[in-house]
Amino acid sequence: MRLVPVPDVTQHAISVGSVSHAYARPDSGVVQTLNSVSLDIRKGELLCLIGPSGCGKSTLLNIIGGLVSPTAGEVRVNGQPMRGPAPKEIAYVFQENTLFPWNTILENIKVALEFQGVPVSDRQDRANQAIEAVGLSEFAHSYPHQLSGGMKQRASLARALSLQTDILLMDEPFAALDEQTRTYLGEELSVLLAATNKTIVLVTHSLTEAVFLADRVVVMTARPAEIKATINVNTGHPREPSFTTSAEFSDLRNELYALLRDEIEKTVGGFVGRAAARDRERRAVAGEGGARS
Amino acid sequence: MKRRRFDWRARAIQIGFVIALLLLWYYLGRSGAVSSIFLPQLPRVAEKFIQIVQSASFYNNLAVTLFELIVAVAIASLFGLSIGYLVGRSRYAVLVFEPLLAGIFAVPIIVFLPLFMLFFGIDVESKIAFGATYAFFPIVLNTIGGISQVDPRFITVSRSMGANERQLFRRVLLPAALPVIVTGLRIGATIGFLAILGSEMIAGLRGLGSRISNLAEGMNTAEMFAYIVFVIILAGILNLTLSTMQRRFDEPRSAS
Ligand SMILES: Nc1ncnc2c1ncn2[C@@H]1O[C@H](COP(=O)(O)OP(=O)(O)O)[C@@H](O)[C@H]1O
Ligand SMILES: [Mg+2]
Repeated sequence: MRLVPVPDVTQHAISVGSVSHAYARPDSGVVQTLNSVSLDIRKGELLCLIGPSGCGKSTLLNIIGGLVSPTAGEVRVNGQPMRGPAPKEIAYVFQENTLFPWNTILENIKVALEFQGVPVSDRQDRANQAIEAVGLSEFAHSYPHQLSGGMKQRASLARALSLQTDILLMDEPFAALDEQTRTYLGEELSVLLAATNKTIVLVTHSLTEAVFLADRVVVMTARPAEIKATINVNTGHPREPSFTTSAEFSDLRNELYALLRDEIEKTVGGFVGRAAARDRERRAVAGEGGARS
Repeated sequence: MKRRRFDWRARAIQIGFVIALLLLWYYLGRSGAVSSIFLPQLPRVAEKFIQIVQSASFYNNLAVTLFELIVAVAIASLFGLSIGYLVGRSRYAVLVFEPLLAGIFAVPIIVFLPLFMLFFGIDVESKIAFGATYAFFPIVLNTIGGISQVDPRFITVSRSMGANERQLFRRVLLPAALPVIVTGLRIGATIGFLAILGSEMIAGLRGLGSRISNLAEGMNTAEMFAYIVFVIILAGILNLTLSTMQRRFDEPRSAS
């Protein structure tokens, strides 16, 4: 006989249990994206997902957020199974700018609060607080197109923070920005998030960003994605920019790259590895035949 | 989209063009090169124009045509916006109905005018029905286009923040689609006006169109031209109002 399931009483904010996923393709085939992924994320932890592009990171994030349903397995947030978006618990920052172009920054945040069900009387104050937290007070009444790419992403972050959720999901939030801006915003984020006690899942393709921000980095394999390895970064937040020049940092970064390298090669069909293998083979053959070079 | 600044030079050229046309008309009439039955002299038309805007029958005809136009556009908007919204929300419905509606709109519906007369009589009802039919298509097609082309990311992000169906419509779909929808309304009103005047001219008892065709039959070309000038002015006002409205909706976005 089956036992009645025991309610999840652990400290995990998010618990991904054997989640698999496949997209149906228009030509009636399927794209298998996730292959039985299991992952527990502690409360207050900043977890980075890293993996070759197209492996299923966004899909996993969207499943955690309840925007996409898994084909097998389940996600629990605070012990509750996810059945759809959970706007009270989870806020998003997406890769592309998803601010409404017809609203100012302030209006964008007030609309978000309206969607979440915040009473009208509280919206103005909360919106202003969030805008101040990311240092955009001067631009509260600007439209998104009047802001630079970096400011737009900060405004998106303000919108997510204003929702005051325990969990924040970020899908390559700085990917569209130049490297300097990205580094700077990463430092800002580290300071900002050290002050809150949010649980954060951040998808990134930047090794530097992952090591700089994460408590744990989860490396995913090429599609269909599985978890290849998990790396701990045992340095407290907020992290100083000098952290990036430490030996610990470069060791972790190198370790990460080594883990990722094979997966990237599988994705892009690299020639370096194959050329090396061919070379080895040729040498072996040459060795057997005892031929001169 | 680049922000349009008011260009005085372009405006001056446009006004110059209209003045040149009026001058051509004036000198053609004065030289006697064209018979005044075909092209009445400009001063005669001006005189008639002043006469008719002081007559009661003019205002009756104007009121009839404007009434027809307003009711026709209201009906077309009611059906066009609601059907357009319902179709635009479903990708499959767009796939089925958008080509169908565009196909029907490509048919010269004017050939069905006798049917409209048959069903709705020869008076204002048939003009309203005919005008509404013509105005319906640009409105419904633009509404479908506007709603179905809303960036899906906006819908996803709204859902993730807990937006319900009503909030999604009011805060996302409507503002995102509005510029396209307003363009549809503008084209619908313009085409509806054309359809109403045309159907009045072909077979009508009242209205500006029927007055113009009566005057033409009576060889009363000077007064006919006065009416035509008035219709042109009316169309200009209609277009200016609607495009001003449209520009207001386009303002805050530009390139994103
Ligand atoms: N809506 C979709 N329909 C079909 N295939 C999709 C869809 N979204 C993503 N995919 C495919 O699924 C795979 C994983 O996508 P995604 O999760 O976005 O990858 P990542 O974020 O790791 O780059 C990719 O190969 C992508 O082409
Ligand atoms: Mg992605």
